[in-house]
Amino acid sequence: MDMNYTADELAFRDEVRTFLDEKLPEDIATKVKSFKKLSKEDHQRWQKILAEKGWYATHWPEEYGGVKWTPVQKHIWDEESCRYGVPRSIPFGVNMVAPVIIKFGNEEQKQKYLPRILSGEDWWCQGYSEPGAGSDLASVKTRAVREGDHYIVNGQKTWTTLGQHANMIFCLVRTNTEVKKQEGISFLLIDMNTPGITVRPIITLDGEHEVNEVFFQDVKVPVENLVGEEDKGWTYAKYLLTYERTGLAGIGLSKAALSHLKRLASRRLKNGKPLLEDPTFSQRIAKVEIDLTAAAISNLRIIASVEGGGMPGAESSMLKVKGTEIRQSISDLARRAIGPYALPFVEEEMNLDYEGEFLSDSDAAPLSAYYFNNRKLSIFGGSNEIQKNIVSKMILGL
Amino acid sequence: MDFQLNEEQQMLQDTVARLVRGEYSFEKRLEFSETELGFSADFWRQLSELGLTAVPFSEELGGFGGGGVDVQSVMTELGRGLCLEPYLQSVIFGGGLIGQAGNDNQKEQWLAGIASGELKAAVGLQEPQSFYDLNNVETRAEKNGEGYLLNGRKTVVIGGHCADVIVVSARTSGDTSNADGISLFALTPDTAGVERRTYPTIDGAKGCDITLNNVHVGADALLGEEGKAADVIEYQTGRAIAALCAEAVGVMEVSNDLTLDYLKQRKQFDVPIGKFQVLQHRMVDMMSELEQARSMAILAASVADSEQSDERRRVLAAAKNVVGRAGQFISESGIQMHGGIGMSWEYNFAHYAKRLIGINHQLGDDDFHLEHYASLLQAS
Ligand SMILES: Cc1cc2nc3c(=O)[nH]c(=O)nc-3n(C[C@H](O)[C@H](O)[C@H](O)COP(=O)(O)OP(=O)(O)OC[C@H]3O[C@@H](n4cnc5c(N)ncnc54)[C@H](O)[C@@H]3O)c2cc1C
Ligand SMILES: Cc1cc2nc3c(=O)[nH]c(=O)nc-3n(C[C@H](O)[C@H](O)[C@H](O)COP(=O)(O)OP(=O)(O)OC[C@H]3O[C@@H](n4cnc5c(N)ncnc54)[C@H](O)[C@@H]3O)c2cc1C
Repeated sequence: MDMNYTADELAFRDEVRTFLDEKLPEDIATKVKSFKKLSKEDHQRWQKILAEKGWYATHWPEEYGGVKWTPVQKHIWDEESCRYGVPRSIPFGVNMVAPVIIKFGNEEQKQKYLPRILSGEDWWCQGYSEPGAGSDLASVKTRAVREGDHYIVNGQKTWTTLGQHANMIFCLVRTNTEVKKQEGISFLLIDMNTPGITVRPIITLDGEHEVNEVFFQDVKVPVENLVGEEDKGWTYAKYLLTYERTGLAGIGLSKAALSHLKRLASRRLKNGKPLLEDPTFSQRIAKVEIDLTAAAISNLRIIASVEGGGMPGAESSMLKVKGTEIRQSISDLARRAIGPYALPFVEEEMNLDYEGEFLSDSDAAPLSAYYFNNRKLSIFGGSNEIQKNIVSKMILGL
Repeated sequence: MDFQLNEEQQMLQDTVARLVRGEYSFEKRLEFSETELGFSADFWRQLSELGLTAVPFSEELGGFGGGGVDVQSVMTELGRGLCLEPYLQSVIFGGGLIGQAGNDNQKEQWLAGIASGELKAAVGLQEPQSFYDLNNVETRAEKNGEGYLLNGRKTVVIGGHCADVIVVSARTSGDTSNADGISLFALTPDTAGVERRTYPTIDGAKGCDITLNNVHVGADALLGEEGKAADVIEYQTGRAIAALCAEAVGVMEVSNDLTLDYLKQRKQFDVPIGKFQVLQHRMVDMMSELEQARSMAILAASVADSEQSDERRRVLAAAKNVVGRAGQFISESGIQMHGGIGMSWEYNFAHYAKRLIGINHQLGDDDFHLEHYASLLQAS
């Protein structure tokens, strides 16, 4: 048992810190730390800086321009970058479709898509969910019918995050209706500029445009855009989901959100004293900090077991549930901390370039919206109920 | 013991229910919310024509002196429709403060209009530093010739943007957190030095912050005895809490109905998701939270108009605490069980969910009332 970083790991952490001190643009960090909106340009600017350093694609083999970090290094990066206010990288290209292409795609696909992900030329989105296929993802209905050198795609995807910015979408499509539902799904890469694709915004309860509906009407997709074999898409989809889940615990994000909360609570007053000194409120913060400490160690234990050769399996589902509950509690407390100011919903104050007077202060403005937005954490990436089903089946044998 | 509404109360509730059903579709509400007024002037007029804005007032004012239970009947239905009209702010709270503290002239000036719905009142008691403590007042009112000079800031005044009169608290003596030394003023928003900044609220209504910059008001603006308003504020806040709890129950009822319907309709894995036991139990918990809240709203209504006492204080604090917690549970559980749809602006559930959280930030949240209740615990 050794709970400390090795000398190499400490050296790596210093390197990360130096890099972030020097290269992380301050305006971006400020936005991230105060939950302000990031533009597409912000994301792309930061991605360029990361790519130049060679730190953008941390899951990829070196031959494709990735960097081989150990799980502990990834963890260090996660912790430090959250602390510094590094934007969460949009995962759909680099962390989702790329691992699938690397593992199951052909050489041509690797040569074509991976460099464009690295350079930021392509912005990917994830076309899994459909109106009728949420938790029961295998029941996707979007149909792809082969005609000569093309698939003709018809159907609808929904909840497509940041699809409004994307030029590429990876989709689960039905290529066979005669077999068990898991066995008739294919994994298709689709250019969003193909005729027949319409993207419609879905506004979420916090007034945000983050997700979309994507409609496909007789969309012609070249057969070379099929990843792997026809009808084997479910295997690839599940491979991708385990990648998705490991990031979802969000320990680093929780730590950053917690220090934001503590700063907030040290400034807001109740009975003339900072909330941080208020018995009721400080106990609420203490409780979530304790939970986070435990979850962080659980996270490390799982990381360590992966490094030792194990695979994070259903354990990552457990982490996802705990981790998202903690993140949701923190944003609940942040909303509570501003008391009556949780009611005003002043959208312009949520932009960093807002120059007017603040109703309360720049911290308070986005907190209610942020609380509501974070309800998504227990719904997406496999809802928390589904994660618990996985744990009870895979670990408990129930 | 009888928990049934009497015939008149039932009629009252049915009247409001019919009106809300007829006029307040989800789509219309979104439209009302986006107008400058922030609610439906037409619906407000109908409330007035049916005598509903007069319910708690005396017969001379067109009402029938309706008590907590009558108000409850109205508020629950307004809650079911997620109605945006300033009924609570104007009829219950503003009207209540003026009715209790005002002299005959002031009542004549304001109450008839408030009761008929021609005038709208709002209430500005909170300040940037006050959190939910209404005795925490920094706004100053200094004697100035015959009248007063007001300086300070009142914050999150729901309905203040369109009010004809705003009842504000200001300190005529004492330190920031003294109960003693707080006075109430009936302020007309067009008075020089009154500046309002209007904004939408997270739950679809509208409110404003009010800056008072050397605002001269006459002695006739003072409501009640100088420096002695704390008791009036506490009492009327209690009535408003009871009314808000009743509204919350209406919001919760619809939230639960929508969620239950969804559990029956939505299919995943070839079955209605309501077949999954974990969702069944959560739905059962939502139902029992609603019933806890309903019981407390009834209890709160029963003491709303009784004489002030620690027992009344305890009941109202307890009610708002239960409603706050139940509301958050129902809000979050409902979103969760709706999945992505629960996050969508275009589907009504999300708006009910937001109102439930909004209610917890009005007139004190569950923590605030828990502490208040604890401070009044009786040794048995
Ligand atoms: C903000 C946001 C962003 C998203 N981004 C994307 C994206 O980019 N790409 C994409 O493809 N998808 C995306 N999604 C979709 C997301 O993956 C789905 O919302 C999720 O899988 C749940 O599906 P659903 O919404 O249809 O809910 P449903 O599956 O209908 O679930 C409704 C409720 O039933 C419960 N439930 C369902 N089945 C069971 C069961 N067997 N046992 C117990 N409970 C069950 C669920 O847990 C939930 O509480 C996003 C969703 C949100 C909210
Ligand atoms: C102090 C005490 C006094 C009692 N007195 C009496 C008495 O006077 N007369 C009498 O007849 N019996 C009596 N009982 C028995 C009591 O009714 C049973 O214990 C009870 O019905 C549960 O049955 P069980 O113990 O066999 O547990 P099980 O039925 O085996 O249940 C075990 C666990 O599984 C859960 N469970 C079972 N089925 C489901 C399901 N469908 N969905 C979800 N969860 C489920 C249960 O909730 C429980 O947590 C008494 C029990 C106790 C402990």
